Amino acid sequence: MWDYISSRLEAIGFSAWQHFSLVAQCLILAVVIAVVIAALVYRRPALASVANSVSAIGLTIPAFALVGLMIAPLGFGVTPAVVTVTFFAVLPVLRNAIVGLGGVDPALVESARGIGMSRMRTFVRVELPLAWPVILGGIRVSAQMIMGIAAVAAYVLGPGLGGFIFSGLSRLGGAGATESIVVGVVGVVLLALVLDLLLVGLGRLTTPRGIRV
Amino acid sequence: MSDTTTTIEQAPAEVSGRPIRLDDVTKRYPGQTKPAVDGITLEIPAGKVVMFVGPSGCGKTTTLKMINRLIEPTTGRIVLGDEDVTAIDGDELRRRIGYVIQAGGLFPHMTVATNIGLVPKMLGWDKERIAARVDELLELVSLDPDTYRDRYPRELSGGQQQRVGVARALAADPPVLLMDEPFGAVDPITRQRLQDELIRIQDEVQKTMVIVTHDFDEAVKLGDWIVVFEEGARIVQYDTPERILAEPANEFVENFIGSGAGLKQLTLRRVRDVDVASAVTVSPGTSGKDALQKAENAGHGHVVVVDERERPLQWLSRRQLARIETIDAKADPALPVVGSSATLNDALDTMLVSSAGAALVTGRRDRFEGVIDVETVMDAIRDARANAANSEGAPVGMNSGSIGLTPSLVAAGEAAQVAPDAGSDSAAGAAGSTEGTTDTERGAAG
Repeated sequence: MWDYISSRLEAIGFSAWQHFSLVAQCLILAVVIAVVIAALVYRRPALASVANSVSAIGLTIPAFALVGLMIAPLGFGVTPAVVTVTFFAVLPVLRNAIVGLGGVDPALVESARGIGMSRMRTFVRVELPLAWPVILGGIRVSAQMIMGIAAVAAYVLGPGLGGFIFSGLSRLGGAGATESIVVGVVGVVLLALVLDLLLVGLGRLTTPRGIRV
Repeated sequence: MSDTTTTIEQAPAEVSGRPIRLDDVTKRYPGQTKPAVDGITLEIPAGKVVMFVGPSGCGKTTTLKMINRLIEPTTGRIVLGDEDVTAIDGDELRRRIGYVIQAGGLFPHMTVATNIGLVPKMLGWDKERIAARVDELLELVSLDPDTYRDRYPRELSGGQQQRVGVARALAADPPVLLMDEPFGAVDPITRQRLQDELIRIQDEVQKTMVIVTHDFDEAVKLGDWIVVFEEGARIVQYDTPERILAEPANEFVENFIGSGAGLKQLTLRRVRDVDVASAVTVSPGTSGKDALQKAENAGHGHVVVVDERERPLQWLSRRQLARIETIDAKADPALPVVGSSATLNDALDTMLVSSAGAALVTGRRDRFEGVIDVETVMDAIRDARANAANSEGAPVGMNSGSIGLTPSLVAAGEAAQVAPDAGSDSAAGAAGSTEGTTDTERGAAG
């Protein structure tokens, strides 16, 4: 096992970095998309419930199937991987963003409007900061989930640790096959832990002291 | 020294408020047959406190929110000072009008200083100016700037949050302050203190204030004028608290006032508004005999012992004086004392609690001013009733038609509008049609 790792240290490190980078970038993109969608729908109950249903149903789609479906329009490589990972990443964040924004006390919004804040300023300065802890909860769930989904993305030759898992699976029983799978799986778990720690730290830094629990 | 001033002079601060005029303003929500606010025309005088009272759902809050256009009126005009603000940018308008909601509406994720500095920041003030203004305002609302500046709202009590809310509304020194049930969420004792505080602040800043409340006692206490609303924001009576209490327009107002209108009038007048009786004062160290002599000469039954800063210490009857060798400097903790800014209601309460049937009045820095007794209070009530009957000059408030805006006002308003022809014409047309509707309604009813 150690031989396997030490002989491929550089490749593992590179893949781990690629994996992490894919997840982090998709996550950022997903947060932006989710917050924008939530901002558009949270005031309208009908649209908000549609968005909630979409995010609930979306999560039931098998990641593997979606990755496969992406091959036809997008081919192999980074693009289908990014699309799939981002799609799944959006869902929990969207759900929490709608809940969080909907949970902001309407009196505070009125207060903000009443002292002359524009709609946009009210959203950025009041609603978003107050909903942020809830949104961040969604981001953490999302981060854990897409760590695994990013591994599946290796099926379309996307970057990351998934490559070790698929190559191990394809030559199961052969020399180093188990080691390969273990490296992939453990690597993903470790990366997930690291990212979660980073997000907890981000939460500390970005949650205003006045609303910290 | 035995001569005491009877009334306390107060230099009136400059009026910084501006008048507000609602001219035939209607709010109709889609899908509702009855308008929420039906053609209201209301004049709010500069520098005065006008209270909107009425049962819940009567449209008083809607009317308030149409002044700063948080709710856009369907038809009609809003005039602030001599500027028609019906068509200007709503956000820009609201930065010029202070707004306070129940519990203060502070943003929990911002410090007290940030909350207060929001409007100045939007108006582009520099940092030093904002910081100086924040400290000034915290002083104004009786909060120590060094202690409270960097706190978060959740670290404050309800009453303190409400004070910060008022400070925030005053931040950019707006001529007009709107408050929506400002003291609804605090306990009765804090509410009373906040009301007193607001009266003091208003003495200092002299803004035009419009306050919505469902508490008639609060309206009587705070208001220069009271508007009593009925459903559909119909104005039932618009008058001074004195007159509404003395002559309610109809049964609805009578019911709204509730029982004890006479007693409520006592909250309208303050001790400094009535003539207080003079008293014999002596300082500690005087012999009992000398003091007794002094009282007999003046024909008074009591003497008041005051310290070197003229603060009352004891209140001694002739009988007590006869037994005393030398008067000491001990302060009597049960002394019935009222401040000159207390209401007659408070004064009466103090008198009833003390056995004397009278109370000592103190002015600035607790200086002794004189004595107030039950008869003085009774006379004040009688005067109030007599005066209320012949007071004049009430501002306009009605639900039909518009007060003819002066030509200069209309011209100024039109000049201020971006598209003068479209804006004013449609408004005028709508105003006319509303008037027509009310007339036909009346016809049908008759």
